[in-house]
Amino acid sequence: MTIELRQLTKRFGALTAVDAIDLQVGDGEVLCLLGPSGCGKTTTLRMVAGLEMATEGDVMLDGKRINDLSPRQRNVAMSFQFYALYPALSVAENLAYPLHADKLSNSEIETRVAQVASTLQLDRILKRKPSQLAEGEKQRVAVGRSIIRNPNCFLFDEPLSRLDVQLREEMRGEIKLVLQNLSRPTVIVTHDQLEALTMADRIAVMRDGRIEQVDTPHNVFQTPSNLFVAGFIGTPQMNLIAAQLKDSDSHGQANFIFEGGQALKIKVDPAISRLAPGSKVTLGIRPRNLKMIDEPAEDSLSTQVDLVEPMGAETLAHMRDGFQNLRLVTDWRVPLSEGNKIHVRFPPGVTHVFAKDETVIRRKS
Amino acid sequence: MARKYREIGQAGWGHTLFAGFIGLVYFFPVFWIILTAFKTRPDALAVPPKLFFTPTWDNFIGVFYRASITTGTSQATDMGLYFFNSIFIAFTSVGLALIVGTLASYAFSRYPLRGNDIYLFIILTTRMMPPIVVIIPIFLMFRLSGLAGSYWGIILLYTAFNIPFSIWLVKSFFDELNPEIEDAARMDGATERRVFFNFCIPQILAGLSATFVFGLILTWNEFLFALLLTGVETRTVPVAMARTLGGEVGVDYGLLAAIVTLFLIPIFFVTFILQNQLLRGVTFGTIKK
Repeated sequence: MTIELRQLTKRFGALTAVDAIDLQVGDGEVLCLLGPSGCGKTTTLRMVAGLEMATEGDVMLDGKRINDLSPRQRNVAMSFQFYALYPALSVAENLAYPLHADKLSNSEIETRVAQVASTLQLDRILKRKPSQLAEGEKQRVAVGRSIIRNPNCFLFDEPLSRLDVQLREEMRGEIKLVLQNLSRPTVIVTHDQLEALTMADRIAVMRDGRIEQVDTPHNVFQTPSNLFVAGFIGTPQMNLIAAQLKDSDSHGQANFIFEGGQALKIKVDPAISRLAPGSKVTLGIRPRNLKMIDEPAEDSLSTQVDLVEPMGAETLAHMRDGFQNLRLVTDWRVPLSEGNKIHVRFPPGVTHVFAKDETVIRRKS
Repeated sequence: MARKYREIGQAGWGHTLFAGFIGLVYFFPVFWIILTAFKTRPDALAVPPKLFFTPTWDNFIGVFYRASITTGTSQATDMGLYFFNSIFIAFTSVGLALIVGTLASYAFSRYPLRGNDIYLFIILTTRMMPPIVVIIPIFLMFRLSGLAGSYWGIILLYTAFNIPFSIWLVKSFFDELNPEIEDAARMDGATERRVFFNFCIPQILAGLSATFVFGLILTWNEFLFALLLTGVETRTVPVAMARTLGGEVGVDYGLLAAIVTLFLIPIFFVTFILQNQLLRGVTFGTIKK
């Protein structure tokens, strides 16, 4: 089974919620649609489910166009943000409901319910009503209801957003485990990057109805394809600093000048040689990659600590020199306090350069 | 969510007594009318008012049978018919309004039109002017169309009268529902009809009950339209009640009180049956999803 979206578009009046996206999800693959709220990710999911009609483009399931099929005919299972359990039915009845249309015998239904209940540890609460369940249990029932059939694909809308932090981590592992055993394409919608990074085989980062980048969690994090992805993925957020390119060579050695006059000589992607000297660029470097050093160097900036936030094992420091704000994460043992004048080094090869059109300057690998 | 004061009797005695006192103040006029219904004419008119007296059923008998002055025999009144009319007209029109209102409000809630709010506002405008303003044109329309004096005429009017109220109230109940449940049902293969009847309606039964009772009370007590638009055969109890006021021998308070007492029973009965639903209905939006 595969899902394929071709130039899929959804317009609500003048508003384009989803703008001609192309996407493929392979058999057994877990794809996360990640983006800020209102970026069109839920609308995309609902078009795959059949709850929303596409304005243009095709939804393909296993090579067949399914735009005009009802949700049931598509045979997709979906789990909802607020779980959408049927309030009048017991847990067992909720689990069994999707099976009714399949015309199974009662004993078959009972077997299936028992199977799913034991997979998700719901055995002891089968007789309860949804209003008597804890949030984590509701979530498990919702997952159970979507896996009880043998659907063509699985769709999850913000599956963990309603759980508290501890439960979220627990359920994340549990859902991942359940999904590994189902060799079906799965689409998860989330605005939580940690959820996407941990659960997905591939992540599609969306903004304003468009897909900005589709890649493995590792690649999306390490090699963001544009400024938006760079700033959206990773906490604390990547440092993004406006700069001007002074000169560069074909090995990626480049000199930059910042507002305020400070200069920086660092090694970046060799593709930098494409840019004309004097070009305006944005440099991106993750707070964990910046290093504190004692003496100023040609690959460091001088700045001042503005605010210190201890985060347990690490410390997050906010710095400003009157022109640029920088964030740096260091080991908690490094002594830092507000007002410290420090030098931060940009190690070679970890700084991303973004051109004026916000795309990354990187050689195709 | 913690549920405080869930069991009866968990509030303190002080609160309970205070609430009881307020309740008594509210109930007193009703209590006095019921008391009067059991009084003889001299007892009813006695000054100072009598709290203790020998009760009599005469007033209740008088509601249905009246001694004729000329022949000296007792004669059945039309009050039975009027009670039937009140029940038939009120229940039918409120029921119809609820059906129309539920369907309409589902559409307004789930399939909003361009300018949805404007339509909703327009629907409500019919309730904004006092009935007395429209009574003459409506009376003329009913005369012209032959609806005056018929059951369907007054039922139609009361239905129209109740629809805006039903739409607004029931829409708020639909709006409160989590639409994901409907989507989930669709994913599980439910047709639109099933989604509406099996998943939406059961969730708002309490709200429907509340809407029904409020509409029923309004319609039950309606006087002005009933006075002008019902005929001899279709007269409702409030109109009949008013007619007992103008006798040559003055107002028979005992008889009037007996009619009022009987008139209270059906409403009391319906409210009592739906009591649990009603409480949930009026507190609908306050419960966490």
